[in-house]
Amino acid sequence: MTATKGITASRLNLWYTKFRALTGVDLEIRHGLVTGLIGPSGCGKTTLLRCFNRINERIAGVRTEGKVEILGEDIYAPSVDLVELRRRVGMVFQRPNPLPLSVRDNVLFALRTHRSGGSLSRSEGDLAVEASLREVGVWEALRDRLDRRATELSLEQQQKLCIARLLPLQPEILLMDEPCSALDPSATQRVEELIRKLRGRYTIVIVTHNMAQARRVSDECIFMLLGEVIEHRRTEDVFLAPQDERTANYIEGRFG
Amino acid sequence: MAKGWSKTRAQVERAKERVIELAIAACGISAVVFVFAIIYFVFREAAPLLFGGLDIGQFLGSPEWYPDSVSNKRYGALALIAGTLSVTVLAMAIAVPFGLGAAIYVSEFSHGRTKEALKVVIELLAGVPSVVWGFIGLVVINPIIIDVFNTAVGLNVLNGAFLLGLMSVPIMVSIGEDALKAVPDTYREAAEAMGATKWQVTWRVLLPAARNGLLAAVLLGVGRAVGETMAVLMATGHAVHIPTSPLDSVRTMTATIAAELGETAKGSDHYRILFVLGALLFAITFVVNLVADVAIRGVRKR
Ligand SMILES: Nc1ncnc2c1ncn2[C@@H]1O[C@H](COP(=O)(O)OP(=O)(O)O)[C@@H](O)[C@H]1O
Ligand SMILES: [Mg+2]
Repeated sequence: MTATKGITASRLNLWYTKFRALTGVDLEIRHGLVTGLIGPSGCGKTTLLRCFNRINERIAGVRTEGKVEILGEDIYAPSVDLVELRRRVGMVFQRPNPLPLSVRDNVLFALRTHRSGGSLSRSEGDLAVEASLREVGVWEALRDRLDRRATELSLEQQQKLCIARLLPLQPEILLMDEPCSALDPSATQRVEELIRKLRGRYTIVIVTHNMAQARRVSDECIFMLLGEVIEHRRTEDVFLAPQDERTANYIEGRFG
Repeated sequence: MAKGWSKTRAQVERAKERVIELAIAACGISAVVFVFAIIYFVFREAAPLLFGGLDIGQFLGSPEWYPDSVSNKRYGALALIAGTLSVTVLAMAIAVPFGLGAAIYVSEFSHGRTKEALKVVIELLAGVPSVVWGFIGLVVINPIIIDVFNTAVGLNVLNGAFLLGLMSVPIMVSIGEDALKAVPDTYREAAEAMGATKWQVTWRVLLPAARNGLLAAVLLGVGRAVGETMAVLMATGHAVHIPTSPLDSVRTMTATIAAELGETAKGSDHYRILFVLGALLFAITFVVNLVADVAIRGVRKR
């Protein structure tokens, strides 16, 4: 295993009961980069992303076939500990989904989950909360509101909180499914800044239907169509010199 | 001509519709009327004593219940209130873990056929008539308690509480399951994606999120237990006595009313004191249900 391999998938297929949503996906996502996942609605971006933390398995009737390796480790092997996998691979959802708990408890939720048995001291918790909220740039705004219900925050703050709550676990991979689609343009811009700031320390995979956003935040881009990976190259190459005709058509807005 | 005819037909149709509407409205309103009629009747029978000579301090504070003593009638309901309270509290101690546990299992951990089967069985449990429960208390639980605890009689707080517990489980399960089902799935997904196990999700996300609905489930169970008559009449042993242990026999407020009302002369003080007891029961269940209702509304609003 080489250090640059963040996520690799080989011959990955997925069915929702009878419907085949992923067809022979082969890809190699490099560690430390931001990789954009683009393609028309319904092409399987969310489905693919959700294979990387195995959260698809919550849905009845899902069958996955093939191999996914994260940092060289086969995550569909029977011996894999899902709890540990999800510590290493964090996920940000399309709709901000803070838990209906206080801001503080949201940030500490995962930490407490992974500390089964050993309890978290107050001061240790305070440090983790401050560090995580600072990292995503909401500490100043929320430091006096740590006991407020997180579901009452603005959507932008909610989404940043949803990123912040992953950080205390020191994940290696961050999966983001259209993290800005519920946000207004200026909030989107600030979340994009945050993603750029996190670049390098985490392998980030971001699904987006927004071409401009893919260009702004990603180093590499994967174009998908009907459950297949069509093209995967450096972002500027995908946008300036797409090799596949279908990619070209899509980024020029001829369908999507 | 044809036009005139169809006009009358339309009028007839409209009139029919109005009649049906009125009938349905009458059904809806009658429910309210009945409730108020019951309240009115209970309080009317209780009022002459309640506001004319009843020593409220004695009624609520004395355990001496001698309503048919010839020389010295005393209406102390404390032992009856204690009877109801003790049976209800112990019943809840049994029913809450079972009922909420079952609600959690049905809602979060069971799937497909198991889930459907469980729900049907629990509905069946809800349909068992209370006299049958009382019979089970007499014939099945009574000897078991005598055996296990080595007591002379097995008709006591424990027996009644066990029955009431089982009787309150179905409503707790169905309201509790509704409350858990109302928690958006995105919360479960978010927590699971952070590595929480199903149990951790339940304990740390769902229970707090469904708190109000679960509280309502418990309170409706309490209401069921407080108001139940026949089973406790048969299973708690008929002793007007403030219990000091779960193995003591007691008599609840409901059982007292059921047992004594038939023997009183209409309009006598004894007759009226039973209605005062009824009014008290009514007030208790009203408050419990009101709180439950507010709790459920709290859930819906979010
Ligand atoms: N839970 C599900 N059950 C059945 N089909 C699904 C489910 N989720 C997604 N699909 C189908 O799988 C395909 C890919 O969906 P998705 O991964 O959500 O696409 P995208 O995120 O690219 O819009 C779509 O055709 C969608 O209808
Ligand atoms: Mg999607």
